[in-house]
Amino acid sequence: MSENLTPENDPAARVTPASRQGKTSTRFIEHFVAPLEETPLAAVDKVDEEAAPLSLWADAWRNLRKQPLFIISALLIILVVVVAVVPQWFASVDPTSCTLDDSAEGARAGHPLGFTLQGCDVYARVIYGTRASLMVGIFTTLGVLVIGGIMGALAGYYGGWLDTILARLGDIFFALPLILGAIVINQLPAFRDNRSVWTVVVALVAFGWPQIARITRGAVLENRNADFVTASKALGLTPFRALVKHVIPNSLAPIIVVASISLGTFIVAEATLSFLGLGLPQSVMSWGNDIAAAQPQVRNNPGVLLWPAVALSITVLSFIMLGDALRDALDPKARKR
Amino acid sequence: MVMFTIRRFLQLIPVFFGATLLVYFLVFATPGDPIAALSGGKPMAPAVEAALRAQYNLDQPFWMQYFLYLKNLVTLNLGQTFSGQEVADVIARAYPVTARLAIMALAFEAFFGILFGVIAGLRKGKLFDSTVLVASLVVIAVPTFVLGFVLQLVVGVKLGWARPTVSGTAPWNELILPALVLGLVSLAYVIRLTRASISENMNADYVRTATAKGLSRRRVVVVHILRNSLIPVVTFLGADLGGLMGGAIVTEGIFNVPGVGNLLFQAIKKGESATVVAVVGILVIVFVVANLVVDLLYAWLDPRIRYV
Amino acid sequence: MSINGKGTPVNSRSSRNDDAPLLEIRDLAITFDTQNGPVNAVRNAHLTIMPGETVAIVGESGSGKSTTALAAIGLLPSNGRVSGGQIIFDGEDITNVSEKRIIELRGNSIGMVPQDPMSNLNPVWKIGFQVKETLKANGLDDGNSKARVAEVLSEAGLPDAEARAKQYPHEFSGGMRQRALIAIGLACRPRLLIADEPTSALDVTVQRQILDHLDRMTTELGTAVLLITHDLGLAAERAEKVVVMYKGQVVESGPALEILRNPKHPYTQRLVNSAPSLSSRRLQSQKAKDVLAAAVEDIEESTPDVGDGAHPAPVHVSHATPSSEARKPAGKGDTILEVKNLTKEFKLRGALGKSSQFKAVDDVSFTVKRGSTMAIVGESGSGKSTVAQMALSLLAPTEGSILFDGVEVNTLKGKALFDFRRRVQPIFQDPYGSLDPMFNIYRTIEEPLKIHKIGDSKSREKKVRELLDQVSMPAATMHRYPNELSGGQRQRIAIARALALNPDVIICDEAVSALDVLVQAQVLNLLNELQEDLGLTYLFITHDLAVVRQIADQVCVMQNGRIVEAASTDEVFNNPKQTYTQDLLNAIPGATLLV
Repeated sequence: MSENLTPENDPAARVTPASRQGKTSTRFIEHFVAPLEETPLAAVDKVDEEAAPLSLWADAWRNLRKQPLFIISALLIILVVVVAVVPQWFASVDPTSCTLDDSAEGARAGHPLGFTLQGCDVYARVIYGTRASLMVGIFTTLGVLVIGGIMGALAGYYGGWLDTILARLGDIFFALPLILGAIVINQLPAFRDNRSVWTVVVALVAFGWPQIARITRGAVLENRNADFVTASKALGLTPFRALVKHVIPNSLAPIIVVASISLGTFIVAEATLSFLGLGLPQSVMSWGNDIAAAQPQVRNNPGVLLWPAVALSITVLSFIMLGDALRDALDPKARKR
Repeated sequence: MVMFTIRRFLQLIPVFFGATLLVYFLVFATPGDPIAALSGGKPMAPAVEAALRAQYNLDQPFWMQYFLYLKNLVTLNLGQTFSGQEVADVIARAYPVTARLAIMALAFEAFFGILFGVIAGLRKGKLFDSTVLVASLVVIAVPTFVLGFVLQLVVGVKLGWARPTVSGTAPWNELILPALVLGLVSLAYVIRLTRASISENMNADYVRTATAKGLSRRRVVVVHILRNSLIPVVTFLGADLGGLMGGAIVTEGIFNVPGVGNLLFQAIKKGESATVVAVVGILVIVFVVANLVVDLLYAWLDPRIRYV
Repeated sequence: MSINGKGTPVNSRSSRNDDAPLLEIRDLAITFDTQNGPVNAVRNAHLTIMPGETVAIVGESGSGKSTTALAAIGLLPSNGRVSGGQIIFDGEDITNVSEKRIIELRGNSIGMVPQDPMSNLNPVWKIGFQVKETLKANGLDDGNSKARVAEVLSEAGLPDAEARAKQYPHEFSGGMRQRALIAIGLACRPRLLIADEPTSALDVTVQRQILDHLDRMTTELGTAVLLITHDLGLAAERAEKVVVMYKGQVVESGPALEILRNPKHPYTQRLVNSAPSLSSRRLQSQKAKDVLAAAVEDIEESTPDVGDGAHPAPVHVSHATPSSEARKPAGKGDTILEVKNLTKEFKLRGALGKSSQFKAVDDVSFTVKRGSTMAIVGESGSGKSTVAQMALSLLAPTEGSILFDGVEVNTLKGKALFDFRRRVQPIFQDPYGSLDPMFNIYRTIEEPLKIHKIGDSKSREKKVRELLDQVSMPAATMHRYPNELSGGQRQRIAIARALALNPDVIICDEAVSALDVLVQAQVLNLLNELQEDLGLTYLFITHDLAVVRQIADQVCVMQNGRIVEAASTDEVFNNPKQTYTQDLLNAIPGATLLV
């Protein structure tokens, strides 16, 4: 701020009459009074005892229930989860019993989506492939939530050198795109030799956490100086417990939104890695692997590639839609009345 | 402004060292003995093997190797591939292709992303807005490689509008389809970001004040809403350049583009450390420089930043 | 521009023969379409502004005062619409006029000065640009716009206007931004200026200067002003005519001074009785007053009590001054809080790692007697809140000491600090920020009991009920969440939480500043009654001297980190020693009108 003399700090400008008499008009001004019955007076600041109590989460839930976006995505996610847990309910055919007699056959009774080049039932493989994709998505999200969440919360809450170090560390990881980083990690001997769902999860977590850390840091930063946090410290709560009891619960909304969307992108990342041959091992049935396997014959038999891709896209779409619906329901701006 | 530039530049130095060290460490710890891989598993004369190790600095301790690598990176002395080509030459051939691809993708996502985002944001809740919103969700949900195959199949093979795969010299016109695929996901993000930013700024107090001054709606939108709304979008576009380079691995694979992504992918599979760290090192430099440019652009768009 | 230095209150234009109203609003109804169906924000509103006249709309937040004014310039939010009545500007019905016509009118016929100077200038454009485009849009760009921009800005009281025009809004202080906004609002010489709470976001002394300046300019230019404010005193002082709005309706309108001195509608009467700027005595609890009434003739109490009996709404202003001893419970009056030579320095980070020391609090000393209220008054940046933070032991002083009941607060650790926390409690300004939105009211009030491990869950619930009762909130409130309560109700919950541990001292940091006048009066009354019943000591931090008058026994006036004046409240109000204190007192709007 420049130090120029402004009317606000110029003592000479302060010399104004000490008392003002108000303005009087020479015109006639009617004195109008509304009849009392038109606007009956209410008690000052009366509590509305009629409405049912609503927590923020209950309020969000009431809002969500009415959103078609949420209903559709929630139903789809439930379906996907059930398919992943008990695939045998949905497909009676064993996806691994393949005979070359059926190689690249079209659809027929009991096999609605036809066969792969190996003669495996496409429908069964799509159903059984759900589990691996979903597991990678869920566990990666949990992993980044734990690492990114803790890092971000500590950095945002305590600030100082911890914040500086974590910010730089985040920058470094940010400089490497998720897929590129995961490719490099998956080449480590320990990873290449023991490829499984878990190696993919670890690789994705390693390069996926900075995003959640940034979001968490921002949300915590917004809340750490809130009056209710200061008030609870003045009540005798230690700073760390104030973080756990007050700051983190109030910072969850944006984190949940981003986590939901990230879950979708992690599933895509797993499929991409598998497609490049650096993700799940061939022994694990997954959409990414099936798409990769179908690639050579995409021109003759596009369905084999199409169906796992459709399943993958619908799953990812439902998580992203869920995130979108949650964002609308948990929007901090809408929360303030 | 000069101070700001210098400070931002200084901040990028640790990021550069950190990221290259991270990659170098990961690649260094990569399996398999590259020398053994080179010989195809056949026994090799110890003298030849030692010479090869010295050539790739594999006989040095890790830290030494890293510093030699940095030195070489700066002097563009990037070593040789296992097949004896100069890494610098290989990269020099592949890089312009990927740069062309990424620039086209960036231009595509910036232009259409901002255009659609602005229209959707100004007409929030209308048909155009809902359509664009749903379309962007679908684009984000479908993996790039699936989109790539579908577009390759439909546009390249079925309709025959473009070559399904790119020829060796990778001219601009053949890169249109791959660039489209590469930029599509980011396009969706740009649309959504622009839209959110526009609709937020539409309710800003200063926009109401601008309207109260008697400005035409057009001027209010162009002068007062647009510039303020573009600030987060510009940041995203800058950061996305790195993402595009990463995404190029998949896209270049599908369309057989002889670019950096392809090169990197092959080198990783072979365990060719010299190429991997050189390419990634250059990617990190590009990313870091792009971020610097974004910061400067940001400061230009938002005068408040310059003095922080 | 030659401005009459004295700011003559008489309207110089009134002798001119313009008897046709400039703006006439007839039976205006405005409806908002919300998720829960249409909401009638304004009904049957009517007002008339003659050329050159200043008319003020007074009301609480949500009374529809801003909505009515915005409708006149066609700036209703997108979900709002005029659903009935007429708006006539200069003989032309502009109720449902075309977008093109309203754009023509904006700027050069109807100007606007908005409320918050911080958010109403576009941060990415220079001030000069923002003035210039106003001139341009209204066809006043005569090729010499640069000079005109500087002229307009200096008229609004910005010195060195040519250089200032090249700066960005963030390089301006709040008061200067508001001057720039006034310059923009008046740049095209509109016949009507809508000023929507033009100074509520500013410090009191700045507020006064800006209003004086606006007054002078509009008088000079003959501009009619529609002033929107929540402060009846301010309205009465600045306008010829006052329109009182309540729940979207006009309940009373008429000549400003008459409304103030002879309010007819019960709501207006409430407002007049509650406005802190108009009151001249300290609050007393009903009980103390009853005792007093026997001895002293109480000439007030003309207010009909229309509110529900449980919450006596009007502030009980008594014209009798009790001796302060009479109010205090026996055995109290010893020193409970003693602040000695308190200093706090903050490090400011400058360019190139250079840092400088900034003294936020500079050698501050005062003592607070048990059972009394000490007010610390000052404008933003005076260091008053920093003092509060240190008194709460949330911030360590650089130098000096704070003795609480004879014990040094700074060096307290562990158990001793924990016990100190039990005895000193804060109440903060922002009623929306001081309660955790995730905790329901029961958990909020129970939290201090839980932290200090007092009682079992059953006895705690009983205690919560008692506390709610103490702050006049129904017990059913305890299952609710803060977002369901109004600002005043939240503040009462914050008081209940502060009371849970039976503290000795409550530090109120601008505790009522964010509340509407009537609610503010209600909370002040509550605080006062609690002090009476529980023998509480208050350290009351505020920028508002008017509130000090109502609640404090002693006052410290702070400026730039130092105490410039400290005395009893009566002393400070009747006989201010420092010019700064005088300035603050003069800045209270309407203080001299109710005689």
